[in-house]
Amino acid sequence: MDFYFGLLQIFGVHTLLGLSAYVVLLTGQVSMAQAGFYAIGAYAAGAATAMFGMHIIPAVLLAGLVSAAIACAVGFPALRVKGLMLVVATLAFGEMVRMIFFNLTWQVERDGALVGPNGAEGFRAIRYFPENGWEIWQVTTLIWIFVALVMAALWWMDRTRAGAVLRAVGHDEVAAQSIGLNLTAVKVGAMTAGGFIAGIGGSLYAHTVTHIEHGIFGVLLATFAVAYPILGGLGSVFGTLIAVLFIQGFLVEGLRFMGDWRSLLFGALIVVAMNLRPKGLLGDTPLRLGGLRRKPSSTPALQEAD
Amino acid sequence: MLTLENLSKHFGGVRAVDDVSLTIREGEIFGLIGPNGSGKSTTVNLITGLYAPTTGRVMLDGYDLTTMAQHERTAMGVARTFQNIRLFGNLTVAENLWVAQNGHEQRRAHFLSRWFRAGGERGADIDELLEFSRLLSKRDVPASALSFGEMRRLEMARALASNPRVLLLDEPAAGASLEDGQLLAERIRAVQGRGVTVLLIEHMMELVMGITDRIAVLNFGGKIAEGTPAEIQRNDDVRSAYLGSKHKNEELAHA
Repeated sequence: MDFYFGLLQIFGVHTLLGLSAYVVLLTGQVSMAQAGFYAIGAYAAGAATAMFGMHIIPAVLLAGLVSAAIACAVGFPALRVKGLMLVVATLAFGEMVRMIFFNLTWQVERDGALVGPNGAEGFRAIRYFPENGWEIWQVTTLIWIFVALVMAALWWMDRTRAGAVLRAVGHDEVAAQSIGLNLTAVKVGAMTAGGFIAGIGGSLYAHTVTHIEHGIFGVLLATFAVAYPILGGLGSVFGTLIAVLFIQGFLVEGLRFMGDWRSLLFGALIVVAMNLRPKGLLGDTPLRLGGLRRKPSSTPALQEAD
Repeated sequence: MLTLENLSKHFGGVRAVDDVSLTIREGEIFGLIGPNGSGKSTTVNLITGLYAPTTGRVMLDGYDLTTMAQHERTAMGVARTFQNIRLFGNLTVAENLWVAQNGHEQRRAHFLSRWFRAGGERGADIDELLEFSRLLSKRDVPASALSFGEMRRLEMARALASNPRVLLLDEPAAGASLEDGQLLAERIRAVQGRGVTVLLIEHMMELVMGITDRIAVLNFGGKIAEGTPAEIQRNDDVRSAYLGSKHKNEELAHA
């Protein structure tokens, strides 16, 4: 049973990671920095609970705010470049964050032992949950409460003017500028929101595994972060969730019985999925209540126009 | 009202716009014409801020727009449409207008109510604009599913959504028939009736000559004539720019 709860925890934190990239992708920007924000959240929350004895809830929110602040600061210079240049710039930032944690040693004494990040060895003993007697189902529930809150917030945001503006910028920057949208403000706003969500995801992740190290937050994780919303489709937050279940549930766990063949199939199945559903598993048409009420007669026209 | 002072834009050695000065008066429909490549679209892009001028200034009611960003110019009351229509095809018709509410008055709304309130695409001001553009029945249809004519109307409505003082129309009749041109002329007059000054860039001469109050003619980036439609039609420089000069044709015949 614990195995399935563990799996649910992985789905939860990866959904948060994917949603952090989803917000940025709505504006048409591919950010490879999300694993960096996730790492910052993980180390910040770990420090708050393990080193300074903070309660988990404020620690998670604090970690989110720290990541958001850094995402905002990084966003201003990074979002001046577009497309592949942005991918390279954000990739560089992610690696920079990783190398900082690789070299960071900052330990304090608690209960006769040293705790804190210890360079290449990583940050051990982030043991808030076992120390406070949390059962695994309670931890899993907490993670999914955060996932549900973030998904609800993004779903609601998508129905407000902010959501329409993000999609407008993602569709055509020249037109968006011509109607008076401040592109920098919109993109940095999305990056900041993405940083907040990644920080929350990272902080929960750190507490489920109790030991984090720089190597986890590399390019592979950054790739997963953008792969979830792209594979799932940018129509709604549920695309990201479906993609996490597909990749982590089916491709990683479901195919485990295939042994070495799994890695081969993993890539092949993603290619197949993207070919069968080029706009993502759930498509990229904004799924809103207004859209659900739309007359079916308009749907064929929509497909022709695509 | 809108004044261009010695405006130039050079791309390397190409003088796309060369020392153009113009004054557009409040409430008029001003035509900007010229052969292909004469710098009309570049002039529009200089006014809206898509390009920074090499030299010269863009003034609106005495305020210098030259160094302002595009979104600041929108707040000052400048709006435009594009020669090749640029709608947000992934949004509905109403949402296309909703995201464009970035005018001076609209910016005053509280941050939270401006950005994070759902359902604003059904506001009275948006319905009024859809009614004006005969798009009310298409309100919740994705903009990519509209017909060509509807897209043109939606783009003009989107430009009007920020309550601009001056509207720049970049070849609104491109791809339209003569009949559509007459409907377009009515629409442009209706826009003028809303108190909006119009700068019309156009190739369709019937349209330009029929509705503009004054016209400026560009050729090779420079202004060669300015005046009422009747004056422009009599102007020899304009005739030679469009038809080639008689003199040159004779030279060619002898060659």
